[in-house]
Amino acid sequence: MLENLLTHSAFEILTLSDRAAQALAENPWEAAGYTLLALGGTGAFLSLLGMALIYVERKVAAHFQCRLGPMRVGWHGMLQSIADALKLLQKEDIIPEKADKLLFFLAPVFSIIATVLALIIIPMSPSLQVVDLNIGVIFISAVGGFGVLGILLAGWSSNNKWSLLGAMRAGAQFISYEISVTLSLLVITLLAGSLQLSEIVQSQQDGWWIWRGHIVGVVAFFVFIISSTAELNRPPFDLPEAESELTGGFHTEYSGLRFSFFFLAEFINMFIASALGATLFFGGWMPFHIGGFETFNSIMDLIPPGLWFAGKTAFIVFLMMWVRWTFPRLRVDQLMRLEWKFLLPVGFINLFAAATIVLTKLYFFPGQ
Amino acid sequence: MAVKISTLEERISVPAEGDNPLNTQEYFINMGPQHPATHGVLRLMLKLDGETVREVIPVLGYIHRGIEKIGEHQTYRQFVHLTDRCDYLSAMMNNWAVSLMVEKAMQTQLNDRIEYIRTIMAELERIQSHMLWWGVLGMDLGAFTPFLYGFRDREMITDIFEETIGCRLTMNYIQPGGLMDDIHPNFVKRVKDVIAYAKPKIDEYEELLSGNVIIQERLRNVGTITAEQATSLGVTGPVLRASGVALDLRRVAPYGAYGQVDFEVAVGSVGDCWDRYWVRVEEIRQSFRIIEQLIDNIPAGKTMLSKPAKKIILPEGSHYAQLETARGILGIYAVSDGKSENPVRIHMRSPNYHNVWSVDAMTRNARIGDLVANISSLDIVVPDIDR
Repeated sequence: MLENLLTHSAFEILTLSDRAAQALAENPWEAAGYTLLALGGTGAFLSLLGMALIYVERKVAAHFQCRLGPMRVGWHGMLQSIADALKLLQKEDIIPEKADKLLFFLAPVFSIIATVLALIIIPMSPSLQVVDLNIGVIFISAVGGFGVLGILLAGWSSNNKWSLLGAMRAGAQFISYEISVTLSLLVITLLAGSLQLSEIVQSQQDGWWIWRGHIVGVVAFFVFIISSTAELNRPPFDLPEAESELTGGFHTEYSGLRFSFFFLAEFINMFIASALGATLFFGGWMPFHIGGFETFNSIMDLIPPGLWFAGKTAFIVFLMMWVRWTFPRLRVDQLMRLEWKFLLPVGFINLFAAATIVLTKLYFFPGQ
Repeated sequence: MAVKISTLEERISVPAEGDNPLNTQEYFINMGPQHPATHGVLRLMLKLDGETVREVIPVLGYIHRGIEKIGEHQTYRQFVHLTDRCDYLSAMMNNWAVSLMVEKAMQTQLNDRIEYIRTIMAELERIQSHMLWWGVLGMDLGAFTPFLYGFRDREMITDIFEETIGCRLTMNYIQPGGLMDDIHPNFVKRVKDVIAYAKPKIDEYEELLSGNVIIQERLRNVGTITAEQATSLGVTGPVLRASGVALDLRRVAPYGAYGQVDFEVAVGSVGDCWDRYWVRVEEIRQSFRIIEQLIDNIPAGKTMLSKPAKKIILPEGSHYAQLETARGILGIYAVSDGKSENPVRIHMRSPNYHNVWSVDAMTRNARIGDLVANISSLDIVVPDIDR
């Protein structure tokens, strides 16, 4: 039994959606229960994670800036996010008089739906994944594109020129950087030979792709992290918001709960991007393994996979926060130049290199 | 010669386009009076073509308090207290300008102690003003962290001011004929502490912001104005020096103790945002140099020439004095009738008012992001524009 656990053969991935599908034939109520559990779980996870990330962001920012950050509400300000969430809920919900009311209402909903859809596919541990699609990587790219719709709609429906400028920037930026993200995802797909996220994780049993894929893996990781920072519209690529230029960009006119939807979506997207980075490049929940070193591998197995996943994700989240509180913002034409003249060629060359490496089996541990 | 004066309405009226819905159109957008990048209540009308700025029309007057008019109903000593509400980051230099004007008109000779303390105070204030500008520039360009670093270090200088003057922002210390009070016994020691602390910090900040590739991209060859443009617009201060004109009143027409100290005037070559940035950072270093030369040699003496004269009545005629604040040349012009304590007319030639008009010349055909960088590199203080 213990042996089984240590060698991962016991980790049979059974997602909530699988369980629901299995139960559907026998007992529809059980299937409905599983679905509800998935919905409720995702919703609760979403809000808790959002609050936790906001707290962490504030603390990290504070320490980068030589101050303490939230300290008053709860121990070291732990409850600050809850207090802020309650405050946001109580805020007056303002809809501009000349706004396109339906679209104005729908925009934050689209934004959060895209986030939730992307969240459910992340394999957080062998036993914790809501849906395990066989086209996971494509699904992530598709849903990521859906999030732009919310931002574009928000900018358009607010009937504010600043918002529209922000939305247009967002549209141009997201569409451009989407390509680079996809190119770096494709590198890992080539190496792993699968689009399914759980299989990509399983394929890293002998080592994570970032070092098994050596140069190609590292380049792909950097392209991924730069372009997904741009996709998240976090500094130094936060042009759609650019509070000192556009007074808040696409969400200038939003307040209260609707604003918090955008805010939450942004932070959860950061988690998703980090989790995706961890899954593809750092082996997701897979412990640190070196092919052939059985003793070392089994020691690493003692750490639960959920912790591995959380640690790797937290590391990338921290990287993104570090960048945010260090770098100034790019200008809009420089942003485009970076993508089209630098990241895109690098991404393509890297993809060709990856294809060559996969064909010639030049990466580490190709046998297994 | 007839001068055509166009109103704002005329300037922002957009001619109607044809019926084709695909026609693009230049549009106007209000930046301010409440906008994070305009540093107060400055309003800019932008004529935009997509993201490209075609024209910038500054609209002033949102914080006009009529300080010059109020000054006509006050004595000169009372008027000093209003001037620090103009350019609040050069509060003492504004006080000094009025004092200089009165002293020049009365032909008063001051002792060295007063001149030294005034100079040290002015340079400390220049440093804290530039430190604040440095942080705000970072924030305008999207890096929030420099903002807090700048404010943290500025705080130490503000504490020194508080100890001697009792005030942190709108300080009244320099007055016609001397100083309000003597310096605090701790003053010299604390100034030395600040120099020892802040000088290495400047190098650290250079690593954080100046050496950053994004900052270089954002500032280099952005918002260039040539020396000719700058002089014809009446631009002064670091903005003018960045364009390559070495006009610094501290060097050209020394006042206070500037004639006795050794310092360099930082001059740029291109006139872009980066030069303006570099000139200011270099000025912080030079200000430290000036203070270092003076702080150990403050001579003994009175801090007020005599008992404050009950009445200051300037000779009949017009009087003018100017000095270099952190933003440029501040001139005070007063007309006296020779009988009354109050001036007949007061006018302030404020550096920000003249600098702000160069934003249009800088920003034409640039992006909105460049506009923000330009405003930031001008380092405007809006209450000084409107007065």
